[in-house]
Amino acid sequence: MTGVALLDQHLLSVLIALPLIGAGLLLFFPRGGDDAIRKFTLLVTIAEFLLSLSVVARFDVGAAGMQLVERAPWIPQYGISYIVGVDGISLWILMLTTFIMPITILSTWSAVVKNVKEFMVFMLVLETAMVGVFLATDLFLFYIFWELVLIPMYFLIGVWGGERRIYAAIKFFLYTFVGSVLMLVAIIALYFHHHAVTGVYTMDLMKLYELTIPVKLQLWLFAAFFLAFAFKVPMFPFHTWLPDAHVEAPTAGSVILAAVLLKMGTYGFLRFAMALFPVAAADWTPLIAVLAVIGIIYGALVAMVQKDVKKLVAYSSVSHLGFVMLGLFAFNLQGIEGAILQMVNHGVSTGALFLIVGIIYERRHTRLISEFGGLAKVVPVFCLCFLVVTLSSIGVPGTNGFVGEFLILLGAFKVQKWYAVVAATGVIFAAVYMLWMFQRVMYGKITNEENLHLTDMNGREVAYMLPLLLFILWIGVYPQPFLRRMDASVNAFVTRFEAKKQAALAGSPAGETMLVRYFDVKKGGAR
Amino acid sequence: MTPIPFDKAAMIQGLYSILPELVVIATAIAVLLADLFLPERGKKTLCHLGIAGTVVAFLAALSLGPGRIDGFSGMIVHDGVGLFITLTILATALLTLLMATGYSEWEETQKGEFYALLLFSTAGMLFMAKGTDLMTVFLGLETMSIPTYCLVGFHRDRMTSLEGALKYFLLGAFASGFLLYGIALMYSATGTTKIPAIAGMIGDLRLFGNPVFMAGVGLLLVGFAFKVSLVPFHMWTPDAYQGAPTVVTAFMAAGVKAAAFAALLRVTLLTFPALGPVMTNILWVLAFLTMTVGNLSALLQDNMKRMLAYSSIAHAGYILVGLVAGDVAGGQAALFYLLVYAFMNLGAFGVAMLLAHKEDDGYDIGNFAGIGFRYPVLGGLLTLFLVSLAGIPPTAGFIGKFYLFSAAVKNGYVGLAVLGVLNSAVSIYYYLRPVVYMYMLPAPGGIPVPRPPRTAFSLALCISAAAVLVLGLAPRSVLAFAERSILSLLM
Repeated sequence: MTGVALLDQHLLSVLIALPLIGAGLLLFFPRGGDDAIRKFTLLVTIAEFLLSLSVVARFDVGAAGMQLVERAPWIPQYGISYIVGVDGISLWILMLTTFIMPITILSTWSAVVKNVKEFMVFMLVLETAMVGVFLATDLFLFYIFWELVLIPMYFLIGVWGGERRIYAAIKFFLYTFVGSVLMLVAIIALYFHHHAVTGVYTMDLMKLYELTIPVKLQLWLFAAFFLAFAFKVPMFPFHTWLPDAHVEAPTAGSVILAAVLLKMGTYGFLRFAMALFPVAAADWTPLIAVLAVIGIIYGALVAMVQKDVKKLVAYSSVSHLGFVMLGLFAFNLQGIEGAILQMVNHGVSTGALFLIVGIIYERRHTRLISEFGGLAKVVPVFCLCFLVVTLSSIGVPGTNGFVGEFLILLGAFKVQKWYAVVAATGVIFAAVYMLWMFQRVMYGKITNEENLHLTDMNGREVAYMLPLLLFILWIGVYPQPFLRRMDASVNAFVTRFEAKKQAALAGSPAGETMLVRYFDVKKGGAR
Repeated sequence: MTPIPFDKAAMIQGLYSILPELVVIATAIAVLLADLFLPERGKKTLCHLGIAGTVVAFLAALSLGPGRIDGFSGMIVHDGVGLFITLTILATALLTLLMATGYSEWEETQKGEFYALLLFSTAGMLFMAKGTDLMTVFLGLETMSIPTYCLVGFHRDRMTSLEGALKYFLLGAFASGFLLYGIALMYSATGTTKIPAIAGMIGDLRLFGNPVFMAGVGLLLVGFAFKVSLVPFHMWTPDAYQGAPTVVTAFMAAGVKAAAFAALLRVTLLTFPALGPVMTNILWVLAFLTMTVGNLSALLQDNMKRMLAYSSIAHAGYILVGLVAGDVAGGQAALFYLLVYAFMNLGAFGVAMLLAHKEDDGYDIGNFAGIGFRYPVLGGLLTLFLVSLAGIPPTAGFIGKFYLFSAAVKNGYVGLAVLGVLNSAVSIYYYLRPVVYMYMLPAPGGIPVPRPPRTAFSLALCISAAAVLVLGLAPRSVLAFAERSILSLLM
C-alpha cells in the first residue's frame, strides 16, 4: 500500500498510531541528546496536528453518523472489534487534543530537564491513548484506551511533579480507576444483555445504540457509567483528586489534564452514558443538574479564596466543567452544542492559564499570589496574554468562553429556568475570582524586589501562546464554522435520544423510572 | 477372580498419553545420575540438561495434539484441559530453569538434587492436571508437594527458609490428609474414584442427600483450597513464599496453582452444577474472601516476596471466580488466566531476583529506589509485569480478568464481579508501590547495581514480557484454544 492510500483509507488509525510509533523511535535516542529528543517529539506532534487537519477537511458537514470509519475484527468470537470513527461530537475534541499537544511539548523546553526522554515517551503514549478514546466506537477498544491514559499521566505527575507528587499521582490513579472498573462491569452486563436480546455478541457502539434497554437495567448501568465519568469530569463531590493532581503535576501535565483528560468525562457522558441509557439519563437529570450547579458555585467560591494561582485555576475547572455538565443534561441542541464548544473552550483557556502559571513559576519558583504584584510594568507581553486568557476564562463577550456559556445557559433555560439562573451567578463569581487574582498579580505596586528583574516572555513562549490566543478570539467572534460541523450529529443525537426514551418507556410499567420508587420495589420484592 | 491379561496395546497407549511426564521424569533421573559424575564447577550443565528435557517434554506435549487419549483404564487422560495445563506447567518449569541458571550461582542452589526435585515436582503437577481418577490426582499432588517442601527449605542456613518449609510441610500434610479422607468418603458413597463416573451418578437424588458424600466433597475442597491457598486455608503461603529460594517461589506460585486448579476444575465443572447452589455459594464466599483478604494483606507488605505472595492469594481468588461461573466461559477464563498468571508472576519474580542482592532483606521494597531511570529495561519490565498483575490494559492481565469477570456476569454473579473489580482497584495501590520506589523516590544509599543477567535469564524475561504483551493485544487464538479445551472436558 502506498503512503497516500494508507492515509486515504486509514487516516484515523494513523492518527492513533503515529504518536505511539514516535514514542517507540524515541526509545532509540541516546540519553544525552535532550535537544534532539525535544525537537523530534515536537515534530511528531506537529505532524499529528497537520494530519488531523485533513480530518476536518474531509469531514462531511451534513452527515450525522460516524465518518472515516475503519473496522477490523480483533477477537471475533466475542464480537470485539477495532472500530474507529469520528462525528460532529468528537471532531473538535479530537482537534483540541492534537492542537494542544505541540503547544504543550514546546512549553516543556526549559521546564523539563530531568529524564527528558522518558517524559516525551510518556507524552506521546498519552496522546495515542487520548486520540484513541475520542475515536473508538467499540466499547472494549474504548475501555482499553480509557485505562491506558492513566499510566502515562500517573508517571507524569509522579515523576516530574511537585513536592506531594506521589500522593497526588496515586490519588489520581485510584479515584479514576475505581470509577472505571465499575463501568467495566456495566459494559460487560450491557454486552450480555445485547446477546440475550439479539443473539449477537458485539461491543460495537453503533449496534448497542439500537438496543432498547429495559428501564431497570438502564438505571443500574447508567449508575456505573455515571461514576466513571463523574470522577473523570470531575463533578462535585467527586472532584477532590483534581486540585491535588493539578497542583502537583508539571505544567505540561496540568495542561493536558485540564484540556483533554477532563473532557474524556464529559465526552463519555454524551457518547456513552446518555446515548445508551436515555431513560436513566433523563431520570437522573435533576440530581446531575443540581450537582453541576453546586459544582459551578462551589468551584468558584473555593477558587476565590486560594492563595496559590495554580490551585485557583484548578478549582475554576470544577466550576467550568459544571457548566458543561449543565449544558449536556439540557438535552437540547443549544445546550449540547454549547457544552461541546465549552469543552473546547475550557481546553484552550484553562490550558493557556496553566501555561501562564508555568511561565511565571519557571521564573520565580513560586505560585503564591502574595509573592507577586505590579508585574504589568515589568513584563508587558506576558500581561497582555494573561489578560486575554483571563477574560476568556471569565467568558467576556468577544472571547470563546462567552459563546459556550451563553449557549449552555440558553439550553438550560429552555428546560429548567432556575438552574440557568443560579448557574449564571457562577459567571459573576468567575469574574470576581479571576479579576481579583489578576489584579493582585499584575497591578499595583511592585512589592517584591525579585519581581523587578523578571524577563518577559521569550520567542518560544510567545510562539506557543499565540495560537491559543488566536482561537480564543476566533471562537469568540465567529464560532459558526465550529458549530456548523456539530449540527448534524447533535441533532441526530437529540432525536434519537427522545425516540429511544419513548421506546424504553413504552416497554415498561408506569412509574418504574422513579428512582425512589424503584428502590422501594427492590427492597420489598423478591430477586 | 480371573487374572487380568496383559494388554499390550492399552499399555502403549497409556505410556503414550503420559509422554511429557515420562520425558520429565527421565530428565530428572538423568540429572541425578549426571550429578554423580560432574565436577563441582560443571554443575551448571545439570541446569542445561533440565532445560533441554523440559523443552523436549513441551514438544512432546504439543505432538500429542489436542485430541483425547485415555490411558491406564481411565486413570489418566490427555485431553484439551490436560494439554493446556501441561503446556502452562512446562512453560513455568522452563522459565524457572532458565532463571535458575543465574539464581543458582548467586544463591548456592547449583546442586543436582535441586534440579531433580524441581523436575519431579513438575512431573507431579502434570499427573495432577491429567488425572481423571481421584487417586491419580492424589498421587500427582503428593509427587508435586513433597519435592516442593524440600525446595522451600533448600536454604538450610536461612531461618526463614526452614520456617517456611516446616509450616508448608505440616499444613500440607494436613491438607493431603483431608483430601485423602474426602476421596475415601466419596468412594464409600459411590464405589468409585473416577471423576466422570462420580459425575455420572450425581443426578441421583440418593447421592445428593447422602451426608457421607457431601462431607467427602467438602473435605476434597478443603484439600484443594490448601494447595491453591484459598482463604482461610492460606496461612502458610506468605511464610513459605518468603522463605523459599525466590526461583522456587516463582515456580510454586504459578505451577502448583495451575496443577491444583486443573484438578479442581475437573471436579467442579463436572459435578458442582448438579450439586445445586450450595457448592457454588461456598465457592462464591471462598472467592470473595480470598480476593479480599489477599489484596488487603498485600497492602501492608514492605517485602517484595511477601507482597507477591499475598498477591498470589488474591489471584487464586480471581481464578476461583471463573469456577463460580461454572460454565464454559468460566472454565475457559480460568485456564487463560492460569497461563497469563504464570508469565506475569514469573516475570515479576525474575526482575526482583536481579534487583535484590540477597534473600530476605534484599527484597525490601526500599532497595528498589531509583532503579527505574538508571536501569530502564529492568524498571520497564517490572512495571509491565506489575501493571499486568494489576489488570490494566493493554496487558494480558487485563484480558484475563476481563474474561473472568464477564463469565461471572454472564452467569448472573454480578455482585461477585463488582467485588472482583473493586478488589483489583485496591490492588493497584500495592502494585504501584514498587513503581513509586523505582521511579519517584530518591535512593538514599545510592542506587544498587543489579546482578548481571545471564543470557538464559534475559531470555526468560523476554519470553515472559512478550507473552504478557501478545496475550494482551492478540489473545484470540489462545482464548479459542482454552475454549476448545473446556468443551472437550464437558463433552
